[in-house]
Amino acid sequence: MRHSTMLRIGPVGFRVGSDWRAPVATLNELYRDYPQPDIPDFNVRLFAARPWRRWVRPSVHIAGDFVLPESAPLPLAQGLLAAEMGMNLQMALGQRRYLLLHASGVERDGKALLMTGESGAGKSTLAALLMTRGWRLLGDEFVLIDPATGMAHGFPRLISLKNEAIAVMARAAPEGRWGPMLTDTPKGTIRHLVPDARAIAAMDRPARPALLLFPNFGFDAAERTVPASECFVRLTQASTNYVALAEPGFDALATLVRSIPARAIDYPDTTSALASVERLWDALA
Amino acid sequence: MHRYRAAPAATLRIEPLDSLTLIYHRTSGITHVVDSPVPELIAALDNQTLTLDEALAALAAAHDLIDPDRAALAARLGELTQAGLVEQV
Amino acid sequence: MSGALLAAVLRDPARAERLDAAGWTALLGVARAEQLIGSLAWRLDGLAKPAAACGILADARAAAEHGRTAALWEAEMARRALGPAGIPVVLLKGTAFVATGLSAGQGRQIGDLDILVPRDRIDEAESALLTAGWEWVKPDPYDDIYYRRWMHELPPLIHHERDRMIDVHHTILPLTARITPDAAALIDSRVALSNGLFVLPPEGMIVHAAAHLLADGDLQGGLRNLWDIRCLLDEFGEDATFLDRLAACAAQHGLTREVQRALRLSAHLFGDGGRLTVADRLYVRRLLARDGWGQPTRKLIELAFYLRGHWLRMPPLMLARHLWTKWRKDKEAR
Repeated sequence: MRHSTMLRIGPVGFRVGSDWRAPVATLNELYRDYPQPDIPDFNVRLFAARPWRRWVRPSVHIAGDFVLPESAPLPLAQGLLAAEMGMNLQMALGQRRYLLLHASGVERDGKALLMTGESGAGKSTLAALLMTRGWRLLGDEFVLIDPATGMAHGFPRLISLKNEAIAVMARAAPEGRWGPMLTDTPKGTIRHLVPDARAIAAMDRPARPALLLFPNFGFDAAERTVPASECFVRLTQASTNYVALAEPGFDALATLVRSIPARAIDYPDTTSALASVERLWDALA
Repeated sequence: MHRYRAAPAATLRIEPLDSLTLIYHRTSGITHVVDSPVPELIAALDNQTLTLDEALAALAAAHDLIDPDRAALAARLGELTQAGLVEQV
Repeated sequence: MSGALLAAVLRDPARAERLDAAGWTALLGVARAEQLIGSLAWRLDGLAKPAAACGILADARAAAEHGRTAALWEAEMARRALGPAGIPVVLLKGTAFVATGLSAGQGRQIGDLDILVPRDRIDEAESALLTAGWEWVKPDPYDDIYYRRWMHELPPLIHHERDRMIDVHHTILPLTARITPDAAALIDSRVALSNGLFVLPPEGMIVHAAAHLLADGDLQGGLRNLWDIRCLLDEFGEDATFLDRLAACAAQHGLTREVQRALRLSAHLFGDGGRLTVADRLYVRRLLARDGWGQPTRKLIELAFYLRGHWLRMPPLMLARHLWTKWRKDKEAR
């Protein structure tokens, strides 16, 4: 590949290669404070399907060690998004060491709060807001559970914010470092926020899971205890590699749902969600 | 008359949670989340082959079933056979 | 060419100890692309490795182990579906290797379940599988008619709960191929396993692997097929009479040329070397055509082998018709 870079997010190393300079330059700028692996766990390739498509209506195809046959290309202006999608894809399809939960996570006092739910439930935004309020960000998209220890490992990649959440976070994190505004992506407008220095510096420090939340945005405030069996089923659905991890995955998940309390919280706005989170967390202590 | 036998106990990890029970089947690598009377049925078919009526009698005896439902049990056995947790022999 | 690096390390694992980080990165990338990373992990067992490589290879072994469990379970469920009707289930390829506990199965990535059943029982097998929860993958009428008329297998079936595919073969090469192996003889030569399933004898496994590698398809993923052959030869070749049995089996099925070429390629890439023909060298270049990102290189050779793969399977007029239909459908899909 003509251009390439390496970066490590939490315990996972990536090598990203590209037919164009721009996506790699953007990655290097935004991930400048991250360490580099010597041997990456995964490779991502951003390439032009035909040589001339490097210049004429350049469109970025995403590939790597693990690929989905039907992934559509993106315009070159969205090269950063292509790289992030490529890395997510490697995690979703190739991660075998940790139980991968499609969840956001934050840490306080060595204990982890995990939030999971459908796309649009607000788990990314809530985690990002908590990061600006004294919590350490573990990750806005994936939390990794080590089957051997049950500990939650962070994966603090760039925080991917969509549409209205971009302005919300711009107000909450005025000092934040941002990627380019990406308009007209398949998911609307997307802008990436670099996790704060603390999240990056502490990314190798795992945390003990302590509370599991299923937030749900756009409803009247409500709260419900989620039984362990429901947590188990919902977390298997929120994991892309539960089946592939076999019995260690089963043990890790069964232990997790037995050992920590879980609540579903409906919230009309982020202020009330943050208040519920702080209240539930304090009740644990 | 069909006879049924459960997967060997050593191949099953049975973990009761709240009202439901998790079963990890080592031979297939598949996790099943089941409700009563499935764990009881699997216990009854452990290490022995039973017909539908024998299984019904065994369950009734072990768990004080007042109103054993033959059709429902037949349906459960069919599902468990499809899932491979029970084998028709 | 990083494909050559992978072949060299599989042949002589000690070579890995001299790799730097970039070398390891290329090796692991190519091994993944060739679906040989699990086999590589087994091959490098016990050797000193950088920590990161160690972790990646341990993951690959765990993934292969899970794949083994899933493959054996699919075989067992096929037995439960077909056994009561008295249809013998002969396992092929990766599933056969792991079911028999062969070294070719160590770390082997296994995709679909491939089984061989007698041709006159194929309709019965189909309906028994449909009853047991398998269903058609695609309702596309062209592909369906194509399969039924010209292929050596039923159109692929997928299990609706387990989401796993089964390929039910009644012979080991398409009916349109110029070579027509004696499928009945292959099935008659089957060896019973203790669990009620069957496999081909070792010489049958090698003949099938060579047919699949060299007389069917475009050599995509060919390095793994060749590694299978190397492992089988390694395991059974010690027996003085084995090579005679292999030669007789190859001759019986009209695959002598393919088996001899497979033996030469295996010796060249994974063994003590040996003489190659001019054509063999083209095969070697195609088999090793990967760069350090695991990407295919040498597009022209690849295309040549793609066309050749189709030529082998189909007489020219039929090939033209097939490519036309495929091409038109691809256009429509865009």
